[in-house]
Amino acid sequence: MATSVYKTSAYNRISRQVWDHSATALAMLSTLLVVTPLVAIFVYLIYKGASSLNLAFFTQIPKPVGESGGGMANAIFGSALLLAIGSLLGVPIGISGGIFLAEFGRGGRLANAVRFTADVLNGVPSIVMGIAVYSLIVLPQKHFSAFSGGVALGIMMVPTITRTTEEMLLMVPHSIREAALGLGLPNWRSVLSITLRTASPGVITGCMLAFARVAGETAPLLFTAFGNQFWSANLDQPIAALPLQIFVYAISPYDEWHRLAWAGALVLIVLIVVSVALVRFVTSRGVLKGAS
Amino acid sequence: MGAGIQVTGLNAWYGTNHTLHDVNLNMPANNATALIGPSGCGKSTFVRCLNRMHETNPIAKVTGKVLIADMDIYSDLSAVEVRRRVGMVFQRPNPFPTMSIYDNVASGLRLNGFNNRRVLDEVVERSLVNAALFDEVKDDLKKKSGASLSGGQQQRLCIARALAVDPEVLLMDEPASALDPVSTAKIEDLIFQLKSQYTIVIVTHNMQQAARVAENTGFFLSGKMIEFDATHKIFTNPSDKRTEDYITGRFG
Repeated sequence: MATSVYKTSAYNRISRQVWDHSATALAMLSTLLVVTPLVAIFVYLIYKGASSLNLAFFTQIPKPVGESGGGMANAIFGSALLLAIGSLLGVPIGISGGIFLAEFGRGGRLANAVRFTADVLNGVPSIVMGIAVYSLIVLPQKHFSAFSGGVALGIMMVPTITRTTEEMLLMVPHSIREAALGLGLPNWRSVLSITLRTASPGVITGCMLAFARVAGETAPLLFTAFGNQFWSANLDQPIAALPLQIFVYAISPYDEWHRLAWAGALVLIVLIVVSVALVRFVTSRGVLKGAS
Repeated sequence: MGAGIQVTGLNAWYGTNHTLHDVNLNMPANNATALIGPSGCGKSTFVRCLNRMHETNPIAKVTGKVLIADMDIYSDLSAVEVRRRVGMVFQRPNPFPTMSIYDNVASGLRLNGFNNRRVLDEVVERSLVNAALFDEVKDDLKKKSGASLSGGQQQRLCIARALAVDPEVLLMDEPASALDPVSTAKIEDLIFQLKSQYTIVIVTHNMQQAARVAENTGFFLSGKMIEFDATHKIFTNPSDKRTEDYITGRFG
């Protein structure tokens, strides 16, 4: 009889169990380390900001220095508008770029150049992006505007969305593409209705990551949207944004403004979490039982 | 109705690798033709040339003539038109994972712009019935994903999906090699029934399967078609020594 390569002595069994348990413990510890900062930030924001939250915060615009009360209604609206413009620009361009990289440009010189550009763009500091949009749009127009702020956010979304879309499309098995082509679908139809659809959960995650990232951006807005203490829905005028308002209030010397800044930060985080959760909910409703 | 297939002087390459050498073959309409041979002998490449899937590989090249229903598929038709007339079932079941059973079957028509609800319902039901799957899934048509079915059911779903666009020829590349014996038997029964409406070309490693379902059998070796004849002749009295060696298990 052949002897087993697996030793079965009591010592070996115990040492295996020790390894097993310590590996599990290590994994749990790492999970804890990852989750702790998020929870800590959230708890601290609630502790500092929740007391300043009231109806006025969501319905009123900032009061002048010295008057108490007031809110950030215009900044909340402004952020929503800026993010809407940014997403409207960034999501279609980003997804199209990803489709090009994964489906049409594969291995070509243009695709390599686009991929390299996207990676570099991803690493460009956001303030540089702000200055770029400042010189491209704000300077020629000679005034700050909501539109330029939205463009700055949109440009920042593109590289993240492009690269995740590419990765997700490349993960779609070759057999699925063959099935689509084998049915007599033209290539463009197969890419849009089969490959992109199969990859859509990952593509949407990429879009939400990009959205959440730019939602908190302050630097690119300093030179573009600029901020505004009053109501404005005019794309051609400066507009308030939550991160800008938080920035202004946080560096001010007034305690009341500090409290409002904490409340603003809390609202910003909650808005991001809620919008991400909402998109997940809406896009997961169509998913069928047993779909991978 | 099925269509006859005439192949003359077909050569195929992957890069510099010459995988098919001057294949000539005549497959009658509404018959099943089995292609046998050891792995890597070119039979899969051959069927992929019959619906121009071969050319989806950027380094692939093909020369020669393939007539289906008396039309040259490489000059008279576009690749997309060819694939609508020549359906294909692959080795591994490949239903669209994000689509329901119904949407999988309807996909070929719907994504080509056909949207008449009533007709789609009819086509989906007929295709699933023809693929011997309808009774097993009729309650979950729109509720369950195609990917939630068992492997054998998935393969029959893929057959239904191919039938829904009403092809003249059905190519099957080892359709049962990833399935258990029960599912395999079901697919074989199915091929037997489908022959009356479609011309079937089936690649298989299973010689009993070839003997059971096909009128004619072709034997491939190293990219060449060695022998093509009535199935019973190939298996009982082959004319070529190499065919005999292969079917008696002396090599391959």
